[in-house]
Amino acid sequence: MSGDTRHGVGVSPGTAVGPVVQVAPPVRPPADEPAPADAGAATDLVLEALASVAADLDDRAAAASEHARPILKATAMIARDKGLAKAAGKHVGAGLGPAHAIAAAVDEYAAQFEALGGYFAERVTDLRDVGNRAVAAVLGVPAPGVPVLTGPSVIVAEDLAPAETAALDRALVVAIVTEAGGRTSHTAILAAQMGIPAAVQVHGACAIPAGTTVAVDGDAGAVTLDPDLELLEAQRVRRERRAAALASVSGPGATRDGHAIALLANIGGVDDAVAAGAQDLEGVGLFRTEFVYLSAPTMPTVEEQAEVYRGVLAPFGSRRVVVRTLDAGADKPLAFADLGEEENPALGRRGLRLCQARPELIDSQLEALAIAARDTGADVRVMAPMVATVEEARWFASRVRAAGLPKAGVMIEVPAAALRSRHVLAEVDFGSLGTNDLAQYTMATDRMAGELSDLLDPWQPAVLDVVAAACAGGAWAGKPVGVCGESGGDPLLALVLAGLGVASLSMAPSKVPAVRYALSLHTHDECRALAELARGAATAAEAHEAVRAAAREELAAIL
Amino acid sequence: MSQRTVTIASSVGLHARPAALFVEAAQGTGLDVEIARAGEDPVDATSILGVMALGAKHGEEVVLTADGEGADAALETLVALLSRDLDAEEG
Repeated sequence: MSGDTRHGVGVSPGTAVGPVVQVAPPVRPPADEPAPADAGAATDLVLEALASVAADLDDRAAAASEHARPILKATAMIARDKGLAKAAGKHVGAGLGPAHAIAAAVDEYAAQFEALGGYFAERVTDLRDVGNRAVAAVLGVPAPGVPVLTGPSVIVAEDLAPAETAALDRALVVAIVTEAGGRTSHTAILAAQMGIPAAVQVHGACAIPAGTTVAVDGDAGAVTLDPDLELLEAQRVRRERRAAALASVSGPGATRDGHAIALLANIGGVDDAVAAGAQDLEGVGLFRTEFVYLSAPTMPTVEEQAEVYRGVLAPFGSRRVVVRTLDAGADKPLAFADLGEEENPALGRRGLRLCQARPELIDSQLEALAIAARDTGADVRVMAPMVATVEEARWFASRVRAAGLPKAGVMIEVPAAALRSRHVLAEVDFGSLGTNDLAQYTMATDRMAGELSDLLDPWQPAVLDVVAAACAGGAWAGKPVGVCGESGGDPLLALVLAGLGVASLSMAPSKVPAVRYALSLHTHDECRALAELARGAATAAEAHEAVRAAAREELAAIL
Repeated sequence: MSQRTVTIASSVGLHARPAALFVEAAQGTGLDVEIARAGEDPVDATSILGVMALGAKHGEEVVLTADGEGADAALETLVALLSRDLDAEEG
């Protein structure tokens, strides 16, 4: 018989079975660590810990990809640093235990780097990583972070940092399970992007012993310990039935009666573009350009940017690529465009607001995009993030046209822009609903606050009302409105959005086939009826349930 | 004791990869090499953290010192390294 099943939220579709690999949390030196009785022995312990960390990092560097190797080698160099060892030794001499001595030495260097700011401050993460690993080595507990994988594994963690998720080996990670996180957390978005089944908010996940075999259902959000043959067989049957159903339709997205809803991909870089370009979809609905800038110490030149954009555009041939201009600030600060600390970064100078303060940022980006569009012949459409007013939309459109690009649009992620979309969209060629931020701002709920994720449920009727208002304004202005948030990748919600009048749905490429299948089963009028049902419901749960019950049975069978 | 003054050519300053390359080269000399910003206390040139904490930016002058046999030749190598834009080079 199967062991117990833990329920969370499914955020990346698919099922998988494998042994659990626990990602250990960061370690802090124990508060009751005694002063060393023998300073010499304690210093040796510090040196051994640092040496073992350096050796471990060297091993990982040898096994790592070409991209990750220099980073790991540089980190190993920090672990082997004489200055760090000397500083820690000094703290041992002053009476600190070895774990505290390492932490204190790391704090000193971290403070120096932070004082230098910019690019130097970014290295603090690597330094702290070395410190955490050395402290773990002193204490004899597992090193924090994702361990080296030796075979197919289910990664289980409290939560994963974006960098940790991005560095996961796709060939070996069969599923991701976290205790924290939410539908729109970075882990969820990246997992879907990578096509790895994932469940978040799975209570008790971190207590599952390493090595336990678990079956993960990334649709239902269920994690079953020691699954029996019956469950595995049921999952296999469902997987095959789903695969057969999804393979039964292909080509451009459309409702059963032939109303076109373009199916597009959300991408974040050249690798994503190459992968998505090879798939059956109609182009890109959201190209996040931040990666071009986030790791750069200074503003990349126009030609450097154009080179990257050519690489992203080329895989799509004549298909459309909607490019979101630089969305920095808030949780994505730039080394070279820091406007200083803000009390409420999500409500501060982010997105287009940052670009209005530093117009040279957006002008060079638009110039680079124009060059890349000309060189590749791609159908490039640019849109600005965080637009709230008509003036902002007008400002952006004028800069886009000055750069010689044919189409300007705005993200609709601020409720103000949604409610006034008739006037905002009159200034531009199209709108795109960023449902993640739109929900955050409509519900006054931080996207990163996992414990508040019920408030961010995309089925919240208030959010659906705001989406409906944006679509109505778009229809009035005669401008198409699409969706590029996570909502568009949920087959049931996609039907509701189609019913509300959206012209396109953009999502992680792995989610496209199920959405295409869902649309093909329902007429546009049926979608409108489902949208009415959802908006008529009193709560998010009731809206979800009403649509699930009313949708066609063939769809329910694969969800 | 030998001493040389050189201007940092790397566009990001003496940081990350340029710093790592410099420290590796300093370690390779087998000598006690120190590096300082003009008028400031020198730091151990074989310590990656020390060199990075120096915070030497693009276009700033630093002073290298070394003692012992082959110190002059060793410093010439290091000066040549810092005079290149290490960050612009692939590898």
